[in-house]
Amino acid sequence: MDETVSIVLFSGTDDKLMSAATLAAGAAALGKPVKIFLQYWGLRAFRADGITGDHGLAPEAGPAGRAAVDAAAKAGQASWVETLRAAKELGEVDIQACSASMDILKLKQSDLDPLVDGVEGVAAFYINAGEGQIVFI
Amino acid sequence: MDFKLKVDASGLSCPLPILRATQGIKTLQSGELMEVVATDPGSVKDFAAWASSTGNALVEQDSANGKFRFVLRRK
Repeated sequence: MDETVSIVLFSGTDDKLMSAATLAAGAAALGKPVKIFLQYWGLRAFRADGITGDHGLAPEAGPAGRAAVDAAAKAGQASWVETLRAAKELGEVDIQACSASMDILKLKQSDLDPLVDGVEGVAAFYINAGEGQIVFI
Repeated sequence: MDFKLKVDASGLSCPLPILRATQGIKTLQSGELMEVVATDPGSVKDFAAWASSTGNALVEQDSANGKFRFVLRRK
């Protein structure tokens, strides 16, 4: 199985980043090429000066959700950054920043963590996605 | 059985067991065996899917005391 899985990562809270990292790592382990396209708050989370910081949780988490996520982290669950790094080491995982979001957030590629491979526009994203699945988070 | 590699994925949650397995199997030659032990109950379905997708064979699996054990042969 080698159909590309393309993930549009729009959201920037730690739970959604973890969801994207898990999908990417699973696909990489199955030998599928993975493309991650970073937009808006998903992109902002990859800033070099804040990638390992606290990005909060989606509002529906509430205090009980926060406690559950904190307990998992304390029990040694890998972070989304560690999960993505492992996925990149193992498989073909390409992470691209959306050029329009870069403009809006006034970011340069040098502001981003080295996990990000480059900057591209939406046309390049669709060409690379080909006939494969596209997931939006 | 003669395992070339044993991978302990105990305590790791999805997707780390299959990531560790992917990492491990790359160090093996074709035909060599790897044993993986995990505690994530989801790993039972995951290793079946991983084997059928990657072409590496799941030659044995069992579970006891909350541990799931898989024997995989590199294709």
